[in-house]
Amino acid sequence: MSVEKNERTDSIIPRKAGLPPGEGAEKGLITLPGESEREVEDLAGATYLTTKLESVVNWARGNSLWPLPFGTACCAIEFMSMVSSHYDISRFGAETVRFSPRQADLMIVAGTIVDKIAPVLKKIYDQMPEPKYVIAMGACATSGGFYRAYHVVQGIDEIIPVDIWVPGCPPTPDGLMYGILKLRDKIQRGEIRRG
Amino acid sequence: MSTLTKLSAIPYTGPAPTNRQPYVPAAAEAMDARGQEILAKIAQPGVTLEAGQDLPTLLVETARIADVLRALHDHPELRFTLPLDLFGADYPNRPKRFDIVYQLYSLSNNERVRLKVRVGENENVPTSVNVYQGYDWYEREVFDMYGVKFDGHPNLRRILTHEAFQGHPLRKDYDPAQRWLLSEAGVAALVPKIAPQFVREEGDSDYERVTLNLGPSHPAMHGTLRVVVTLDGETIVGSEQEIGYLHRCFEKMSETHTYQQVIPFTDRLNYCSAVINNVGYCMAVEKMLGIAAPARADYVRLILSEFYRIADHIVCIGTNLVDLGALTNFWYLFQPREEIIALAESCSGARLLPTYLRVGGLAVDVPADFLSNAQKIVNMLPKYIDEVEALIMKNRIFRERVEGVGVLSQADAINFGFTGPCLRATGVAFDVRKANPYLGYETYDWDVPVAEGGDTYARFLVRFEEMRQSLRILQQAIHRGLPAGPVMVDNPYVALPPKEKVYNEMESLIYHFKLIMHGIQPPVGETYFQVEGGNGEVGFYLVSDGTKNPYRVRARPPCFPIFEAYGKMIAGQTIPDAIAALGSLNIIAGELDR
Repeated sequence: MSVEKNERTDSIIPRKAGLPPGEGAEKGLITLPGESEREVEDLAGATYLTTKLESVVNWARGNSLWPLPFGTACCAIEFMSMVSSHYDISRFGAETVRFSPRQADLMIVAGTIVDKIAPVLKKIYDQMPEPKYVIAMGACATSGGFYRAYHVVQGIDEIIPVDIWVPGCPPTPDGLMYGILKLRDKIQRGEIRRG
Repeated sequence: MSTLTKLSAIPYTGPAPTNRQPYVPAAAEAMDARGQEILAKIAQPGVTLEAGQDLPTLLVETARIADVLRALHDHPELRFTLPLDLFGADYPNRPKRFDIVYQLYSLSNNERVRLKVRVGENENVPTSVNVYQGYDWYEREVFDMYGVKFDGHPNLRRILTHEAFQGHPLRKDYDPAQRWLLSEAGVAALVPKIAPQFVREEGDSDYERVTLNLGPSHPAMHGTLRVVVTLDGETIVGSEQEIGYLHRCFEKMSETHTYQQVIPFTDRLNYCSAVINNVGYCMAVEKMLGIAAPARADYVRLILSEFYRIADHIVCIGTNLVDLGALTNFWYLFQPREEIIALAESCSGARLLPTYLRVGGLAVDVPADFLSNAQKIVNMLPKYIDEVEALIMKNRIFRERVEGVGVLSQADAINFGFTGPCLRATGVAFDVRKANPYLGYETYDWDVPVAEGGDTYARFLVRFEEMRQSLRILQQAIHRGLPAGPVMVDNPYVALPPKEKVYNEMESLIYHFKLIMHGIQPPVGETYFQVEGGNGEVGFYLVSDGTKNPYRVRARPPCFPIFEAYGKMIAGQTIPDAIAALGSLNIIAGELDR
């Protein structure tokens, strides 16, 4: 991939050359993670594929993560950039941002968690239904960041279990997106066994 | 001058800022004279002048402070009507260890005054909430951080730390890493204070009043704000705001890090317009050192400050409109914001929080295409701003949702200590860039937007117009061109020498070692410097004891008094009105809680 000059003359953001379209899509091959390629047979106009139920369920869960942005600080602004049109997480199924824990399955803890809000974080996490996943976004959620101080939780894994840690202060939106895609891979490979 | 300096390859540029002499501010004599005048005018007993400061500083006896504040507020020539700040400082070696510092501003005379009260442990100070409503929360913060009690305060309890916290963290004997855990059971219930016009006798009505909790985890609470409201039907009759859910101990961390290491902490105060905080802090330290950044550095600081001001207003307007249900503007406005952030990224490598400034200038020079990129952004922005404004300003739903919502009168706004767009929306044309210019703002042709009414609509208007004025400044600046020269002051006690010299010259190696190990060591003294942030006056009060760590860093939070007045703004309105009003205030928790 080379870094090319931007075609649009009014934007100053450098763009990378795009990837060629996937070969598999042209041949009609569908690959689920962890499965070998199967050719889709055309049986009197219909297409079908055979796989395990668990794989399909994991595939669906990974591609429809509904984030609950537990945004407290600066990382929340970069999260906003990620859901905005430039970086656009909705391409990967994570567009519906739900602030109610009952309706979300992915909690992105974006920002510093302090001792005062720690009980709130625990409560919100408890209110989420299974299967639920947690991403610790940024240095503060991961380990307290550079606030080794009297009021800052030194990493949210003091309180709740975390699946993906995204480093950065703040992480760039593509960094967070990479973290979400890694989580998707983890789910689709079946590495997260939840209820 | 030693022989070392004479033979050194580094040219000698003048006396280095040294911590062996105390800091004498440039305007000390003028300020002392003014202090004497103020003393004479208020004619109160128990007040003396503290000479040699950068602001007229009065030392007040503990029992007299409320009367002195009242005299300063009411005096027809002085008119110190705006309470800027109230904070403490701890000097444990003195018998009266605490300094309670009050800073006031006079809108009519454009001057600031500082008052100090010296108290020992277990001594109480009379409250000043009867003179300045805004000092309510500030006194709670002093109590929280230092343990000084204020007699007569209506609600003296902790504000930033949680209710199970023990001790007073900003005292010098408090271990910075000592935490206290708050369990779910330990969270106290809040009882909102009923606004005076809605107080009624017990059992007077058939209807029960309902208490509703909004936040801190809430789509419209912009992070970590919590408002508990009492509802009578749909009307809000009382509310209590709870903050501290992002108290990251900025002031304590400043005392444990060197002057340069505090710069990233200042980025994270108002994280939507990070460069402006950097400017305030670095210029405060530069003021104490008596040095000035080179013209090129000041030019880049000004351009980035204005771009980040626009970015801050974009986030405020965008999220406020999302709260009202208009998402398109948010997506649309974030595109030019990405361009602004990309410009900062090309300079410093980091997007949102560039930490680009250093004491004495910039960290590194700007890239070659800095000005052309800046011009491209300035060309693209007006279209976006105009389109969003056209979408909403004539929209009847928008107008009905924001006009008359979240109103605060001008007198109240001043009495609470508002600054910035929220104050300008009540009709007061106060902008630090005009009142106390820095970075060359006085050389540009621009205006301060002012709106009447003090409601959400006025705040929208002011922010849109401020973006346009920022674009005006930027266009003029770009036309002037980038000044040539270095971006860092040529002073080895402040700036790291270039790497080639460090590896080849002994003196540079020594300077580098001293700067990294011992840091900048400003002279002993205190100073205050203010800049116009996205939300108002961001002031930095620094106390130096001559060592590598600051003795005290105080960041004046512009949105602290604004959120304090929020309860008054929403009394008598409904919940949707409260949400609409909150978004327009641009409460940034990083700055509110520090």
